[in-house]
Amino acid sequence: MRLPTARVIEFWRAASDSDVFYSFRRSKLVMLSAAITLLFFIAAFGASFLAPHNPFDLASLNLSDAFKPPAWVEGGDPAFLLGTDDQGRDILSTIMYGSRTSLSVGFAAVIFAMVLGIALGLVAGYVGGAVDAFIMRVADVQLSFPAILIAMLIDGVTRGLMGADRHNESALLVLIISIGLSYWVQYARTVRGSVLVEKNKEYVQAARVIGLPAPLIAIRHVLPNVMGPVLVIATINLALAVITEATLSFLGVGLPPTQPSLGTLINVGQQFLFSGEWWITIFPGAALAILVLSVNLLGDWLRDALNPKLR
Amino acid sequence: MTSPKLLEVRNLRVEFPTRRGTLVAVDDISFDIAAGEVLGVVGESGAGKSMTGAAIIGLLEPPGRIAGGEIRLEGRRIDNLPYNEMRRIRGRQIGAIFQDPLTSLNPLYKVGDQLVETILTHLPMNREQARARAVQLLEDVGIPSPGERVNHYPHQFSGGMRQRVVIALALAAEPKLIVADEPTTALDVSIQAQIIQLLKRLCREKGTAVMLVTHDMGVIAETADRVAVMYAGRIAEIGPVQDVIQRPHHPYTVGLMGAIPSMGVKVERLTQINGSMPRLNAIPKGCAFNPRCPKVFDKCLVDRPEPMPAGQSLAACWLVKEPVHV
Amino acid sequence: MSETKSSVPMLRVTNLKRNFDVSAPWLNRVLEGKGKTIVRAVDGVSFEINQGETFSLVGESGCGKSTVARLIVGLYEPSEGSIVFEGTEIGPASQRAKHPEIQARMQMIFQDPYASLNPRWRVGDIIAEPIRFSGLMKGKGKAALDARVGELLTQVGLSPQDARKYPHEFSGGQRQRISIARALAGEPEFLVCDEPTSALDVSVQAQILNLMKDLQRNLGLTYLFISHNLAVVYHVSDKVGVMYLGRLVEWADTATLFSRPLHPYTRMLLDAIPDLNMSGRQRTPVAGEVPSPLNPPPGCTFHPRCPLANERCRREVPRTLPAPGGEVACHAVEEGRLPPWKAQAAA
Repeated sequence: MRLPTARVIEFWRAASDSDVFYSFRRSKLVMLSAAITLLFFIAAFGASFLAPHNPFDLASLNLSDAFKPPAWVEGGDPAFLLGTDDQGRDILSTIMYGSRTSLSVGFAAVIFAMVLGIALGLVAGYVGGAVDAFIMRVADVQLSFPAILIAMLIDGVTRGLMGADRHNESALLVLIISIGLSYWVQYARTVRGSVLVEKNKEYVQAARVIGLPAPLIAIRHVLPNVMGPVLVIATINLALAVITEATLSFLGVGLPPTQPSLGTLINVGQQFLFSGEWWITIFPGAALAILVLSVNLLGDWLRDALNPKLR
Repeated sequence: MTSPKLLEVRNLRVEFPTRRGTLVAVDDISFDIAAGEVLGVVGESGAGKSMTGAAIIGLLEPPGRIAGGEIRLEGRRIDNLPYNEMRRIRGRQIGAIFQDPLTSLNPLYKVGDQLVETILTHLPMNREQARARAVQLLEDVGIPSPGERVNHYPHQFSGGMRQRVVIALALAAEPKLIVADEPTTALDVSIQAQIIQLLKRLCREKGTAVMLVTHDMGVIAETADRVAVMYAGRIAEIGPVQDVIQRPHHPYTVGLMGAIPSMGVKVERLTQINGSMPRLNAIPKGCAFNPRCPKVFDKCLVDRPEPMPAGQSLAACWLVKEPVHV
Repeated sequence: MSETKSSVPMLRVTNLKRNFDVSAPWLNRVLEGKGKTIVRAVDGVSFEINQGETFSLVGESGCGKSTVARLIVGLYEPSEGSIVFEGTEIGPASQRAKHPEIQARMQMIFQDPYASLNPRWRVGDIIAEPIRFSGLMKGKGKAALDARVGELLTQVGLSPQDARKYPHEFSGGQRQRISIARALAGEPEFLVCDEPTSALDVSVQAQILNLMKDLQRNLGLTYLFISHNLAVVYHVSDKVGVMYLGRLVEWADTATLFSRPLHPYTRMLLDAIPDLNMSGRQRTPVAGEVPSPLNPPPGCTFHPRCPLANERCRREVPRTLPAPGGEVACHAVEEGRLPPWKAQAAA
């Protein structure tokens, strides 16, 4: 069957002809952001092959390599482009591995928040009545706490329940859940709003007259038509989730130094900032800033491109 | 038409540049409106009738633009005026009525204040005189107890009453021409009749000319002196209203008339024009109506017909000159 | 109208009522000390539709005609009254749920061809959905289903190849054809058409009306046709009911209603139709507008606009009385103070 190839070609033809692609091509800034984001993804998820060193392979670490400045600074070693930290780990490599952790946590948290938010928003919007009121009041309460606070709360509770050691093992999962839980409201609200609009459209009524049961209508008819804004939120949320993770890790309630993310790296480095070893914290910080900025710009563009009123 | 020409439109062309090429929404149309005359412009959606009206009042939505031709009001060109000058003409010399009365009224101001503001902008009056005139205008358009209603906000009026206020607003500066774009479409049947009667009476009394843009042939039949039938951005036929209705020359007009279900005569099937109006990016070569025309012949596929005299009317159809063919 | 048909009507609606609660949220009501606000969208409507005929409901916006349509297909549940389809009561939702086979025999065509098709679905899937759901072609395979979809598309004047396209690739009239194909897919006998042509241009409207007539003849369909356009109603209907503020004020066979209308509101509507052949004719514009359904006038709801209204009309709701070819609810008719109708339109 040549169907898959035909489909791919058809898809590409449609995509390259679409308005979204057109607006993408027209903005140099957006193309630059996309390129940088892509670069980060390749560097992060290909870290095991691409990184010049493996900073977590204790055998290859050499304490005499510690505190090497970036290669272009006096005393720098060309083997360590961005210098090394207090344990002789290559900063470039730690950034690549750290980005992988950060992005993984970000993605997983966004997906978790998205699934939870979409499900609750769909139910609230489609069922309506008391169910809707209950879900949305919970969302309101949730919104009155800052996301960081909720994440810290959940993190703290699990830490207390599990003890520090076991907590370190499951830190990744706890982090994902706590960040996810603090961001579902936005999805739920957006989805609910769109569902309220869509469910009164005549195609939904037509499905009801056919006799389809409500859950089937909600999933097959309504859901695909409310996904546009969700995608936009997800993109912007990815940047937010990465920042939240970094903040938590920086504050020491996130990932342990044995499993460093960009936030952990910044945290580790900041104690050397005033002793002159600025590169240990500045480079991970810059990497985080550039990544978040690029993803945000992409999200902004996507929002404008998908909203015909702004075009 | 013996009366002098109030509005002259010559070879008007309205374009919409898009990334897939330029769409021509109004393609080389010419017509006149005499002082005090009601010209109906009918056509189906996408025919370019609203675009023509918007071009005349200088309110084309960007990126739409006038790409060619001239619009003259009392001999003066108005299609190339700077925005501020056009704004002075709009209201003072050309009034506008739109389909949705809510979009023409500012919800935050009392209708009286909106009227007074319009009057003060255009007429040499002081505030007191303007207010008295506002009340008079509301009375003219048939709003009960106008002295009281002048202090109400738009949302306190019903749909029909709101459209009356919009008419009062359009007439406030005694313009010579009113461009009314689907003024009754959003209203119920019984209210439609009221509004049409009102518009007609006021324009007769004040000698205002009206360009009435609508898709409803019935409204035109009752109101207009002449009618222009538009199709795919062009004028298919233009002439005295009874001639166009009773003795249409263009096959499109013939089809359109047959498609309207009429009361009294019960027919089993309505005349139907197959297909639909071409999209703006796919207007056929030659006569734009040729794919749907029951009387199409080879010339129609190649050459575009210009409006040609046909009885009392002008019809853009090759059949007018070469009557019998296949 | 029960002169020749001795069989039971296909659909009988008796004293149908539907109220909508449009009150402010509970908390606001409590704080502001306000009661509930109820709109009687449909207030005691009764009529019958026989097999194979077209019954139309006309009226201005807010008269409840679309609500009646939605009550009959089960999109709303009646507050009161009964809906009997071929002898089976399907008014209450619980009753309707017991008879999925009856639900399958009725379908609906909607007003807005742009909103009534799911923009994310291919036309073929849209049309196939009722077939898949009802299990009409279970076990016959995908090829048979595709063939059936193609057949339906051909039936409504489109091409079987159109099944692979998305709704946005079609014009308004073509979309309405797709809507009709979907409605026909479940092989229904009864179609509720809610303003099926009011969003379309005149020439396209003629195509759709012709198509609906052809389908009725070929498939023996029964239509409930909702419209505000009297000329269209005149063209398609066998019987016409006129609604005003939730009530059916008059119904009769089409010829009678249009040549000898009784109710003053029907007369007003007929008078308001622009006439193509009489340019410059002065229509008699009727004073006033439809009152808010939130606060309908007492007695006969039409009395504030009625030229014949008297004290009794302001006080007492008129009963529905038999009339030639139909029924009418008007005190003036009952008391015989109705002026003769100038038969000007029926030339």
